[in-house]
Amino acid sequence: MSYPRGTIVRNTTAARINHWITAACFVLLMLSGLSMFHPLLFFLSALFGSGQWARAIHPWIGCVLLVSYAGLIVQFWRDNFWNWDDIAWMAAIVRVLRNEEEGVPEVGRFNAGQKFVFWSMGLLVPALFLTGLVIWEYYFGAATSIETQRAAALIHSYAAIAAIIIWITHVYAAIWVRGSMRGMTQGYVTPGWAWRHHRKWLRSLVATGSPGPRPRRAGENS
Amino acid sequence: MTNTWQDIKNANVVVVMGGNAAEAHPCGFKWVIEAKIENGAKLVVIDPRFTRTASVADVYVPIRPGADIAFLSGVIRYLLEKDQIQHEYVRAYTNASLIVKDGFGFEDGLFTGYDEEKRTYDKSSWDYEKDDQGFAKVDDTWQNPRCVINLLRKHVDRYTPEMVSRICGAPQDKFLQICELFASCSPPDKALTSLFALGWTQHSVGAQNIRTMAMVQLLLGNIGVAGGGMNALRGHSNIQGLTDVGLLSNAMPGYLTLPRDTEVTFDEYMKTRLFKPLRPGQVSYWQNYRKFFVSFQKAIYGAAATADNDWAYDWLPKLDIPLYDIIAAFEMMNKGEMNGYICQGFNPLQAFPDKGKIRAALGKLKYLVVMDPLDTETSRFWENFGPQNPSDPASIQTEVFQLPTTCFAEENGALVNSARWLQWHWKAAPPPGQAQADIWIMSGLFHRLREMYRKDGGAFPDPLLNLTWDYINPVDPDPEEVAKEMNGRALADLKDASGQILVKAGQQLDGFAQLRDDGTTMSGCWIFSGSYTEKGNQMARRDASDPREAGIAPDWAWAWPANRRILYNRASADPAGKPWNPAKSIIEWNGSKWVGLDVPDYTAAAPSENVGPFIMNSEGMGRLFALDQMVEGPFPEHYEPFESPSENVLHPKVRNNPAARVYADDRANFGTSADFPYVGTTYRLTEQFHFWTKHALINAILQPEEFVEIGEALAKEKGIEQAGWVRVSCKRGAMICKAYVTKRIKPMTVDGKPTHVVGVPLHWGFTGQARKGYGANTLTPSVGDANTQTPEFKAFLVNVEKVAAPVA
Amino acid sequence: MSNLQSQDYIRISATTLTPPSVRRHEQEVAKLIDVTRCIGCKACQAACMEWNDLRGEVGHFEGTYDNPLDLDPNTWTLMRFTEWDNDQGNLEWLIRKDGCMHCEDPGCLKACPAPGAIVQYANGIVDFISENCIGCGYCVKGCPFNIPRVSKVDHKSYKCTLCSDRVTVGREPACVKACPTGAIMFGSKSDMTAWAGERVIDLKARGFENAGLYDPPGVGGTHVMYVLHHADRPSLYAGLPDNPKISALVEVWKGFLKPLAVAGVALAAVAGFFHWITLGPNEVQPEDEAAAAKLINDSQGRT
Repeated sequence: MSYPRGTIVRNTTAARINHWITAACFVLLMLSGLSMFHPLLFFLSALFGSGQWARAIHPWIGCVLLVSYAGLIVQFWRDNFWNWDDIAWMAAIVRVLRNEEEGVPEVGRFNAGQKFVFWSMGLLVPALFLTGLVIWEYYFGAATSIETQRAAALIHSYAAIAAIIIWITHVYAAIWVRGSMRGMTQGYVTPGWAWRHHRKWLRSLVATGSPGPRPRRAGENS
Repeated sequence: MTNTWQDIKNANVVVVMGGNAAEAHPCGFKWVIEAKIENGAKLVVIDPRFTRTASVADVYVPIRPGADIAFLSGVIRYLLEKDQIQHEYVRAYTNASLIVKDGFGFEDGLFTGYDEEKRTYDKSSWDYEKDDQGFAKVDDTWQNPRCVINLLRKHVDRYTPEMVSRICGAPQDKFLQICELFASCSPPDKALTSLFALGWTQHSVGAQNIRTMAMVQLLLGNIGVAGGGMNALRGHSNIQGLTDVGLLSNAMPGYLTLPRDTEVTFDEYMKTRLFKPLRPGQVSYWQNYRKFFVSFQKAIYGAAATADNDWAYDWLPKLDIPLYDIIAAFEMMNKGEMNGYICQGFNPLQAFPDKGKIRAALGKLKYLVVMDPLDTETSRFWENFGPQNPSDPASIQTEVFQLPTTCFAEENGALVNSARWLQWHWKAAPPPGQAQADIWIMSGLFHRLREMYRKDGGAFPDPLLNLTWDYINPVDPDPEEVAKEMNGRALADLKDASGQILVKAGQQLDGFAQLRDDGTTMSGCWIFSGSYTEKGNQMARRDASDPREAGIAPDWAWAWPANRRILYNRASADPAGKPWNPAKSIIEWNGSKWVGLDVPDYTAAAPSENVGPFIMNSEGMGRLFALDQMVEGPFPEHYEPFESPSENVLHPKVRNNPAARVYADDRANFGTSADFPYVGTTYRLTEQFHFWTKHALINAILQPEEFVEIGEALAKEKGIEQAGWVRVSCKRGAMICKAYVTKRIKPMTVDGKPTHVVGVPLHWGFTGQARKGYGANTLTPSVGDANTQTPEFKAFLVNVEKVAAPVA
Repeated sequence: MSNLQSQDYIRISATTLTPPSVRRHEQEVAKLIDVTRCIGCKACQAACMEWNDLRGEVGHFEGTYDNPLDLDPNTWTLMRFTEWDNDQGNLEWLIRKDGCMHCEDPGCLKACPAPGAIVQYANGIVDFISENCIGCGYCVKGCPFNIPRVSKVDHKSYKCTLCSDRVTVGREPACVKACPTGAIMFGSKSDMTAWAGERVIDLKARGFENAGLYDPPGVGGTHVMYVLHHADRPSLYAGLPDNPKISALVEVWKGFLKPLAVAGVALAAVAGFFHWITLGPNEVQPEDEAAAAKLINDSQGRT
């Protein structure tokens, strides 16, 4: 894919496809899951045809999500390592929320908030998957004790709620920080966006003459 | 049953021995529960296995299969020793005081008169000492050592608690606990009931098993009273009816007996049937035998039976052997002496002993006709079903005809239950396919056979040509017509001594008291007389009201004889006619006549006339000494089963029933405990009914697959796991099935040796909806009770080995 | 099973509505299973199959008289057999008819996420309304007695209905009618409790000192009760729970967690919304673009 001149590639095409498959799965899981979670939300099951359909399709989407999220991990894990900058960034979180730039340390490709989303989902998705298997009545209804299933159902619900709250933060952040959305839809950001939000990342790209999303390594062609 | 199902609720102690009432008779068992709850009754179970009945019992005692007589003889000994008998009853109503002939004796397991070669007894010494009028002599003081009671005391003296325990394997303390419970019913106001079934009959000493208990009941004064009696729980819904109408080779309807070939004339025949009273003034009801017989002959041959031709006596078959029972029939078949077989409502390949022999015998027939509602194993005996029925169709020439019949729900008719009730039932649904009623099929056979005899003649066509067939539709007689015929009707106006007409010609009789021996009455089955009178079909009555809730319900259906619900009920009152137990009175003398809830089993005689209550017996008394009525002796004696792990510790030289008939080839097929060390026993499970219900899906689901039950100790010894595969073998064959390792069968110590029991439920075969099985009769020996030839299914020898699962 | 008139309901699964409960005046019913007079004949099982017209598979012998081996969507009641050597060394064969206990406080209903898939009638019967069932199996997790079974064929959960269709028209449940020994009785809960009391007196007189009625308070009592010879040890009877109650895990899952979760999610969304209207979006400024351009130019200048 070609990007407008002078822009920076934030996410490769593969990463974006991967992300949006994950996102779609997550939304479907959330809708079908919530329909089975609270009576007020049972109407959501109609989106899937019926309660039976919502119940039936939910675990299969979960399987897709697991694979898809594994792909995201493969693609993003290197840029999500925790470092001292993140601590400084966290310390300045109030400024970040106030849209203030002064006093907020420069960060790499991802800030601490993004890393938190990445890693917490990295934990929650497998947890949801495993507990989901335990309570998948059709295939595994007899595989574990009922007490185990009860615990699994409880963990699954807690984990799902946590994931949803994280997801809301993630979505809101994408809306709030203008230009981010394009980075995940069309894949590019302006240099100014990179300067403002991920200055260290921009510097590393510029230093190696990389178009993004990662700095060019020694020996790589421009 | 002497009593009724409902009457069980009146019992104080319910003894289930020789049966498993909860398992095999769950519906009737409600009355046992009723006895426990409403009457505070104690339930006692004596059985080799801890059964479903035992699961609700107050006391359970294990017993080795085939040791019941020893156990009960021990009980008799205890009752006599502790003097816990109902004295007045025993003295007045049993033959305890009668004096036995000098010359009668018992030694080393044999009574006097044994002929070893013929395996029979000359029973002439088994009799009372008689006075010059032919009446038995009596000693009411019981001082004479030859009184029945004293001979009995001497006979059972060997059955000490130690000996009982040694033979039966029952712990002594448990045995004594049971003895005390028996003894608790010796007071006149206490009753013990005995519920039994095939667990007693299916032994080579089957009849004597029952007799021993009957003697206990006589000593306790429990025969004829509410909550007492000897109660045979019949296995099939109409097996009582089968015996009542005489569907045995030596029987005629109403317990009349077929002549032997030695009884060439009618007079000779009658001589041994008209029992002369053995005490003064006694009824000896069989003196009416001639009336019943002549009325039967009139029912069969109508106008062709006349005084001149001795009521067609010559047309009756004459037996050349005592009995053509199933074992004899299949012995003949196997030898090629019986070539055709009409098998109506029976499944011998599953039901008769030594399956291999049965299969071989069927394969030697020219033809086999099977009349059955189901696709029975017998009808498919020729087909190869794998190891469960390894036949080679190519080598079998038997032509098999399957005639599908209706089942009970598809026809009108009466079933006779264990309590002798004839209960009419109505057709509920049309039969499937081409199924036809048995009556229709038999009529068709009859008409064709008679036509052939008429046309072609034959060696002896008269019995067929002269048979009456007086039905509106001769090809399909109505069950009601047959029922009316059994009840009987007047063939001429019946008048009393004063010339008053009692019954007009053509009218239905009110009961057997109206039968005559001059050809003016007919009745197809005298004991059923009264079941279908001018008032209509009494069997169809459905008034369940039960005055005083006594369990009599006299207006529900109709019970033979004479709608009497409790047999021998005269014995429920003392000699003066007062009820032994006023709270549960059945009949009593009110000063001028006998009154009560039930029809008195008695004459109109006042108590002062000293007529005994057992009016069918020639001395009018219950018999502790059976005279010549049993083939192996007037007192019961413990004999080991023909396949037994033990010697007979009482008399090693006479190990088994000395009067039992054993065919040489069957004897050759008996195994010994050296090769087959465990005691096998067969039984039924609630979920299935014989070999029928496995054809129904629900029953197949509830008990789907063949198994045997073994105790944990034996399983451990043999390395057999729960539900693991085993091979159970005997000298006659083997079956491979799963094992149920259970706590409910525990090893017993018999004569000092541990004895393991292997339980073989018998329901599975190779047709129907359940999984294929071998059938318990693969293992059972071909030998029967000496009196009835009921096969010894309850005690035999097997071996058990762990095997690999068969390849499916 | 049968969807009765909605005013019969006193409890409805997964609803925010209050059931009408207009028939609270009705007598609560109960089935009393007197284990001490049960002979394990399975007539109840056959009657259940007949009345509900259910046929399972013809199974195998599995080393027990329990056939089928377990409850399943086509087996709503099952005799369970336990061989137990008692403290005196005598064998007891404990036979218990297993099936739905119809709890006063039904765990299945509490766990069920499908509105109206599980209801409780004024007479106390807990009934599954199959057309509303979504087959999630939460009822299985909610049940303290391990009773409901989800069909692999139509993905609906099934269990004993206490023959609600028969009871509604004034007849006793099929198993009660079929029981030959009167071990299963049916009537008002108060009558059944009183009768059980008489039975317990009789049993104590027969030496069963711990005989008693099983009507576990942990689930608010049940509408199927047992008379046990050993009421102090219910678990002897093929694992009948000694003190059943709805699992704490389920209580948290279905009780505490729900409002917490909804609040958490709502809070997150509301927080976002107020952040937006108070602080607004974070937009890239021209200075940012300029600074970036400078950085890029500097870098390009160096190369």
